[in-house]
Amino acid sequence: MTLVEIKGLDAGYVRHRTVRPAVIGLDLTVAQGEVVALVGESGSGKTTTANALIGLLPANGRITAGSARIDGVETAGAKERTLRRLRGSVVGLIPQDPMVGLNPTKRVGEQIAEAVRLRGIPKRSAYAEAVGFLDQAGVPDAAARARQYPHELSGGLRQRVLIAIALAGRPKLIIADEPTSALDVTVQKRILDHLGGLVRDQGISLLVITHDLAVAADRADRVVVLQHGRKVEEGDPATILSTPRQPYTRQLIAAAPRLAHAGHVVPRHDVRDKAVPAPILELTDVRKTFPGGFTALDGVSLTVPRGWTHALVGESGSGKTTALRVALGLEPATAGSIRLDGTEIAGLSWGRMRPLRRKVQLVHQDPFATLDPKFTVGQSITEPLVSFGLGDRRGRQARAKELLDQVALPAAYLDRLPAELSGGQRQRVAIARALALRPDLIMLDEPVSALDVLVQEQILRLLAELQRELGLSYLFVSHDLAVVAEISHTVSVLSRGQVVEEGPVASVFTAPASAYTRELIDAIPGRRAVPAGDAGA
Amino acid sequence: MTRYVAGRVAQAVAVLWAAYTLTFAILYLLPSDPMELQLAAAGIQPDSLTAEQVAAMKAQFGLDRSIGAQYWHHLTGLLHGDLGTSLTQRVPVTELIAQRIGPTLQLSAAAAVVSLVAGSALAYLATFFRWNPLRVALTRLPAVGASFPQFFVALFLIQFFSFQLGWFPALGNEGPSSLVMPVVTISVLASSVLAQVLVKSFDETLRQPYIVTARAKGLSRSAVHLKHAFRNAALPAMTILGVIVGVTVTSSIVVETVFTREGVGRLAQESVLAQDVPVVLAVVTLAATVFVTVNLIVDLLYPLLDPRISHLVHKGAM
Repeated sequence: MTLVEIKGLDAGYVRHRTVRPAVIGLDLTVAQGEVVALVGESGSGKTTTANALIGLLPANGRITAGSARIDGVETAGAKERTLRRLRGSVVGLIPQDPMVGLNPTKRVGEQIAEAVRLRGIPKRSAYAEAVGFLDQAGVPDAAARARQYPHELSGGLRQRVLIAIALAGRPKLIIADEPTSALDVTVQKRILDHLGGLVRDQGISLLVITHDLAVAADRADRVVVLQHGRKVEEGDPATILSTPRQPYTRQLIAAAPRLAHAGHVVPRHDVRDKAVPAPILELTDVRKTFPGGFTALDGVSLTVPRGWTHALVGESGSGKTTALRVALGLEPATAGSIRLDGTEIAGLSWGRMRPLRRKVQLVHQDPFATLDPKFTVGQSITEPLVSFGLGDRRGRQARAKELLDQVALPAAYLDRLPAELSGGQRQRVAIARALALRPDLIMLDEPVSALDVLVQEQILRLLAELQRELGLSYLFVSHDLAVVAEISHTVSVLSRGQVVEEGPVASVFTAPASAYTRELIDAIPGRRAVPAGDAGA
Repeated sequence: MTRYVAGRVAQAVAVLWAAYTLTFAILYLLPSDPMELQLAAAGIQPDSLTAEQVAAMKAQFGLDRSIGAQYWHHLTGLLHGDLGTSLTQRVPVTELIAQRIGPTLQLSAAAAVVSLVAGSALAYLATFFRWNPLRVALTRLPAVGASFPQFFVALFLIQFFSFQLGWFPALGNEGPSSLVMPVVTISVLASSVLAQVLVKSFDETLRQPYIVTARAKGLSRSAVHLKHAFRNAALPAMTILGVIVGVTVTSSIVVETVFTREGVGRLAQESVLAQDVPVVLAVVTLAATVFVTVNLIVDLLYPLLDPRISHLVHKGAM
């Protein structure tokens, strides 16, 4: 039986009195009990499709043609009353970002109970049922968790609360919009596995929206690939992975490390037999204890060899970011030594540290937050030069053009504002800014985790090129071993403030020593690509 | 929690002290001679007194001492509930204020409540309606309300509702009907200020992803607006509650003058004109106390309304 039937759907957003199309002539069906994945990069129309289907387009969103039926009810242009009868009870939604998807001033139990009560259940038993759904969603100690507020829960638990809310209406279909992209990979995997189990057990249809073909292929019965608002490919995962017809689909496959190598993760750099260059950065037995007694770093030692990329891997709370801040001299270490290019920087005053800062630059995770929205690209890039009093106006302008050229952006972008750029372009600008002072070492804090897989791949390639041309060294912080495999030479795996594994990426991948590392490797999506009988993971 | 409360209370006391000291300094630096004022009030020509008599009078009021000594004298008096003596009326300032405070308290409290309700309601409706012209009109309304001067609003109300329709008395403070127009006059400004902040906060809140989550559950728009948006939108607006109450207090000067009400506001206006320094100082201190107290209450309520400030309420809930 067909639960969702979208025919010839055109939808878009009104800007300057014209509708800019986001979805064009889309046909899509989801059968009862089926898992369908909608795959494409940002701007391909995936989320617009989902929102149009349940009438939750933003104020400037319009459906201009076609029809969308859920359970036989037309939703395109439907009244709010009709849509409300569908939402929750027929279609549940798991939104994109768990960190902001819950009302911060309501206890999570009440937020779930609210959805239960809409089925006509009285208040008291609704709450008991809510706790049951929380338990189903895989939240340990559900009764106690239900009394907590969202900010008291980790991202993974919040995502499970959102799953419980979606389940609470007993829907026939759940739409999961990039349900886990904001979470650590290991948490992502656990949650997606759990959600997959739930919908299969209860016969719920699932429409998964993702930019990662590997994630889609691992879980869906059918994969639909969208590009620029049009459906370009559709089929079961095995067929799509083995015989992709579109170049776009091939790009998506190439961008997923496991899909690209038939189920294996093959690190790009193998330095097992190479001599290790002299270190540019060396942390020895660094400890960091915060006031209150929390130990974030418990004797961490790591080395970034000159001209190589050293990855620092771990999940949230493992101490990665603290290690980075300590290495940058932004946060004093409680004990231990930090040597930058041979100079001990632990305990240096801000003033003594400043000349050394030119040697080290930082690129942040979120390209949306690290560029001043009121600064043009040119102003952002030249700001470090101005700050160190380097060059005159004309010289800085020339340098800005050169830098833009290095990150493969046209010189015309100098006058643009961040709002006019895509996520990938912004990250390029952030990299150009980091390059402005000709540093030896760049610290990259999750530089691609906010980006689509295709854009991730482009940025990683750019970083590799820059490393080759300029002889840069990178300290690359990430929670995602798939990305690490693409760029790093050596790696340290951090867990609870301690290094649990280190060495060349190639040896860590072939023979992981710690269970934690094995879990991280196992979390890399794309297992379905493994030929039958060769299923190692 | 006790540390938080103690800290806030200490802060409030410090602000109050600073306000008192600053006012004292400004008032005592004014080029006025308190002696002359007193003599004029008593109908005595300064020339008719001998130097000894002047000195004796100065000593009686402590005016012969240094500024520092006078400041200390007034400050310790204040702590004992003694606000000094009016220079022109020769009665204790506490007595003057006690006579006048009733009508002003009524006026300010009523105006604060009306402003709160009206401002919240306006912001709520302006963000709830989806029909664009109405929405735009309601959103612009606070800006209009905030830009009319209070004396103008007051005069308009008197002209229309007293002189033409005869509904409410134009003057005095007899009975509840005399309160209506002064309250409306103050509320137009105060509720507009509140509504402006609240509309902005509502717009911001309604863009949050958790609003989509709430709607996707199947909740009606009104349920989402009331149960999910309102509280979150009100939190940032709470910080201006102090300002709102402050507006109602300071507005009483203008409003009591225009409507000839016997209140502390008019006392302040009269005392400023007469350069009656102790009375002005007392009124300013009183206003500062109200302002500081309201802000203190808001500060203490905040952690109860926003669970994210949880480390204050229940430590270590993580």
